[in-house]
Amino acid sequence: MIPANFTYHKATSLKDAIALSQTLGEDAKYMSGGHSLLPMMKLRFATPEHIIDISKIKGLSYIKEEGDLLKIGSLTTQTEMEHSLLIQKGYPIFSDAVKLTADPSVRNVGTIGGNIAHGDAANDQPSLMLAMRATIIAEGANGKKSIPIDDFFHGFYMTALEPSDVLVEIQIPKHKKGSGGAYHKVERKVGDYATAGVAVHVELDAGGVCRQIGIGLTNLSSVPLRLSRAEDLLKGKKITEDLIVQAGTIASEDCEPTSDLRGSEAYKRSITKTLTERMLRSALKRATS
Amino acid sequence: MFKCKTSAAVGGMGHSVKRKEDARFLHGKGNYVDDVKLPGMLTMVMVRSPYAYAKIKSINKEKALAIPGVLAVITGYDLAQYNLHWMPTLLSDTQMVLPTDTIMHQSQEVCAVIATDRYIAVDGAEAVEVDYEPMQAIVDPFKALDKDAPLLRPDKKGQKDNHIYHWEQGDRAKTDEVISKADVVVKERVYLPRIHVASIETCGCVASYDKDTHKMLIYMTSQAPHAIRTILALVAGHVGLSEEKIRIISPDIGGGFGGKVPVYPGYVVAIAASFLIGKPVKWIEDRSENLVNGFARDYHMDCELAATKEGKIQAFKVKTLADHGYTDSSANPSKYPTGMFSICTGSYDYAHAFAELDAVYTNKAPGGVAYRCSFRVTEAVHAIERMVDKLAAEIGKDPAQLRLENFIKKDQFPYASPLGWHYDSGDYEATLHKAMKMIGYADYNKEQAEKRKQGKLMGIGICTFTEVVGAGPSKDFDILGIAMFDSAEIRVHPTGKVLARFGTKSQGQGHETTYAQIVAEELGIPYDQVQVEEGDTDTAPYGLGTYGSRSTPTGAAAAAMAARKIRDKGKKIAAYLLEVSEEDIEWEVGKYFVKGAPEKSKTIQDVAFAAYTNFPLGMEPGFEATYYYDPPNMTFPNGAYICVVEVEKETGQIDVKRFVAIDDCGNIINPMIVEGQVHGGLTQGIAPAMYEGIEYDDEGNVLNGTFMDYLVPTAVESPHWETGHTITPSPHHPLGAKGVAESPTVGAPPAIANAIIDALSPLGIKHLDIPITPAKVWEAIQAHSK
Repeated sequence: MIPANFTYHKATSLKDAIALSQTLGEDAKYMSGGHSLLPMMKLRFATPEHIIDISKIKGLSYIKEEGDLLKIGSLTTQTEMEHSLLIQKGYPIFSDAVKLTADPSVRNVGTIGGNIAHGDAANDQPSLMLAMRATIIAEGANGKKSIPIDDFFHGFYMTALEPSDVLVEIQIPKHKKGSGGAYHKVERKVGDYATAGVAVHVELDAGGVCRQIGIGLTNLSSVPLRLSRAEDLLKGKKITEDLIVQAGTIASEDCEPTSDLRGSEAYKRSITKTLTERMLRSALKRATS
Repeated sequence: MFKCKTSAAVGGMGHSVKRKEDARFLHGKGNYVDDVKLPGMLTMVMVRSPYAYAKIKSINKEKALAIPGVLAVITGYDLAQYNLHWMPTLLSDTQMVLPTDTIMHQSQEVCAVIATDRYIAVDGAEAVEVDYEPMQAIVDPFKALDKDAPLLRPDKKGQKDNHIYHWEQGDRAKTDEVISKADVVVKERVYLPRIHVASIETCGCVASYDKDTHKMLIYMTSQAPHAIRTILALVAGHVGLSEEKIRIISPDIGGGFGGKVPVYPGYVVAIAASFLIGKPVKWIEDRSENLVNGFARDYHMDCELAATKEGKIQAFKVKTLADHGYTDSSANPSKYPTGMFSICTGSYDYAHAFAELDAVYTNKAPGGVAYRCSFRVTEAVHAIERMVDKLAAEIGKDPAQLRLENFIKKDQFPYASPLGWHYDSGDYEATLHKAMKMIGYADYNKEQAEKRKQGKLMGIGICTFTEVVGAGPSKDFDILGIAMFDSAEIRVHPTGKVLARFGTKSQGQGHETTYAQIVAEELGIPYDQVQVEEGDTDTAPYGLGTYGSRSTPTGAAAAAMAARKIRDKGKKIAAYLLEVSEEDIEWEVGKYFVKGAPEKSKTIQDVAFAAYTNFPLGMEPGFEATYYYDPPNMTFPNGAYICVVEVEKETGQIDVKRFVAIDDCGNIINPMIVEGQVHGGLTQGIAPAMYEGIEYDDEGNVLNGTFMDYLVPTAVESPHWETGHTITPSPHHPLGAKGVAESPTVGAPPAIANAIIDALSPLGIKHLDIPITPAKVWEAIQAHSK
């Protein structure tokens, strides 16, 4: 439970962090809250030679609406997300998820950017990002870039971020009338990673027709999974109970779970169906209230 | 109910005084083994095996020794030079301290690295190169008995297979006969898996040998420091460790639950290392080491319960296969290899029972360590309580009614059970009635009928258990021959304040408070003027320690008896001071007075002062007493627990809606502490019922070796515990007390299991083994929906 030797570097600014990363090369790893990285290091599953601590960089912790977008600074902690009135009022899907993520002491330190940049399909935020069709803003040696969420997750712990890239901001379409989202996961006990988790975000037009929909799955594949076939089914239609059940069936077919201590593949497919149906109903309710 | 004899200021029995020890714990001032830092202290870390069963081809120390700060790598060969590579277990088996050739379970100690600090020691352990030749592990205890199964313990002379021992109790022939003729016989294989004690503090020690004085000072996380001292003297006498030179100090302990009774290899290696190096050596397990290496339970129980068609129980039979891992490390009294498992006939009145058990070796960690289950009572109670519910379901009788009709009646105590126990006291009917009233049993029956019509899954589960604790009477109970008494030494100082020392050892139970309350009860000296000490073998009187809910039945009884000796002496002094004869002196709390003239009196403090300053000629001065209490019988706490659950069909999720626990632990010393014990125990009961269980794959790898996957429930998972009491004093205990710590851990799992299975019964599900997880429930629902 003691990490292998590493050198700790504290970045004072974004520029400083990127410069350090360039100097130290591929053996360096950024750390914000550290609550995903440090346990892996303690078990010696990860043995980076250098840790660049970006947690004290100023100006990367904010939640604000600007133009058509909700912008969240990457160093915003889960606790700050939990207590933000803007989030609670306009984006309750985040409140759903944050309350189910780890425990309060972890949320006090764990950041939303870290939760996404870690590239772990078991983390909760990636499926929300898929559902809300987020854009990830990163800054690195080659300047600033904007990555659509569908291009972000590449594989098991792998993302579109280059070694020197710092995830700096998350952009999400601003809440508008007729939009709403919901997230839930089945967990074995409080603070556990999801046995299965489903995030749904819908946008309805004035007539109640689904204009846009995103469904993201947590821990049901080696990467955060978008449920495209179910989205295609529902988009452009009035979402009826019958369609919800059909979408649930698609979810159970298209998720890619494996049997493990959390349950069998069949169990996970079944609860994914149930969760998808329930989250569709919750999201619709929020969109229409 | 119990009526307090003392004022709140004196704080004797029945007062919920605040725990004296809590200030230092809450302020972070507790002193645990890992807080001990001695000059020149070194740290030891174990290299552990990734394989469950393997030959060690070689151990290369070189790279580890090349790390600056790594001082030594100790292997089994190094210990073999001193014949210290094997050690006896408490039940006449043997256990490797460090292996010379074969690894018998995953995470077994392979060798020890000693370094100047823990960081370096861990790096050193990483750098040790061990060449293993893995072999096919035996994981399934049933397969361990196959004719062609490889012999796991060829080191044991005369060992021809993997069978360790056979045990049986009761009348097999008569029980079989009754079962064969019975109207109804219900059968089930009930499995209680391995679980982990999950104390917050892991195990560890600091061994410090002084080469000049030859004293071996050991700080150790031990529930039984005196017994450990004797064991060390017996096993290491040949290298010069003599009992008077060994001092064991058990400082504050962060939870024991049975896991801190055994001697672990790490203790022995640290002691040997300090002996050889002459410097203090600290060894502290990390979380996963603690999690993977000591277990309770692992009983596969084939049960049969026979009854008339009206539901009168006639006979119980259970045949158990016990998986002990590679060695039997049970910490049981010597004559009880299966602990108190023969309590399995339960709270019911019937004449015939037979229990037998076969223990086998597998490639798992040493098994048989207790977990807050007083020597296999958890297994026994689970078996009978599941079977009683199964019988109720089979004959279509309400499980509460079935229990009420079969209970041992209040006037049948003392009751001789068919497997040889003499239950001391109880009022099972009153206790169950109280629980039924508190939860609103009849209303829930109606609600359940309604819900079932709507297709909803709701269950009500009952457990009415009888515990057996307080080991024990010396004629039957010993550990390595040492009788299982316990002791108290009370010194009243001249100013009337008290130092009281005990052979037990608190691990969070609150002894510093409850023992002080007993002295207060008996002497009338305020509890806050009574200093309680335990755990230092150089100062405390000899005792067998704290486990199996034995401290109140033994240590608390010793406290009362020692105090009464002092009180008797005080009577003589009071008579002298008041110039009357001893027969004319009477006692009320804190005061001696002259019969018929209560204004003529001396307080206990007056008398204490006189014991040192103005005592009768010829009397031995001082005001002290020691008592070694040999209990005449065990005590039999009991209780009635009722649980209501709802199960969600789609996801298998279980919602424990209500949980009512009525305990009868006899007279209560401190109701608040009992309440805390019950809450903790119930949470440790829901743990194995719904969350915990060590999982192995076919190679013997532990699959859930961290708290990320070994699911210890938190406050979030715990239902709102509703507690209450009936009080039937123990007739043979000086205070009428019985012990309580383990009752809730024993009683909760069957109540929860019975409730969940009751909820699922409309689907045709008749049994599930614990832990009953949502995934398991879902699978069962699928299997019964086809």
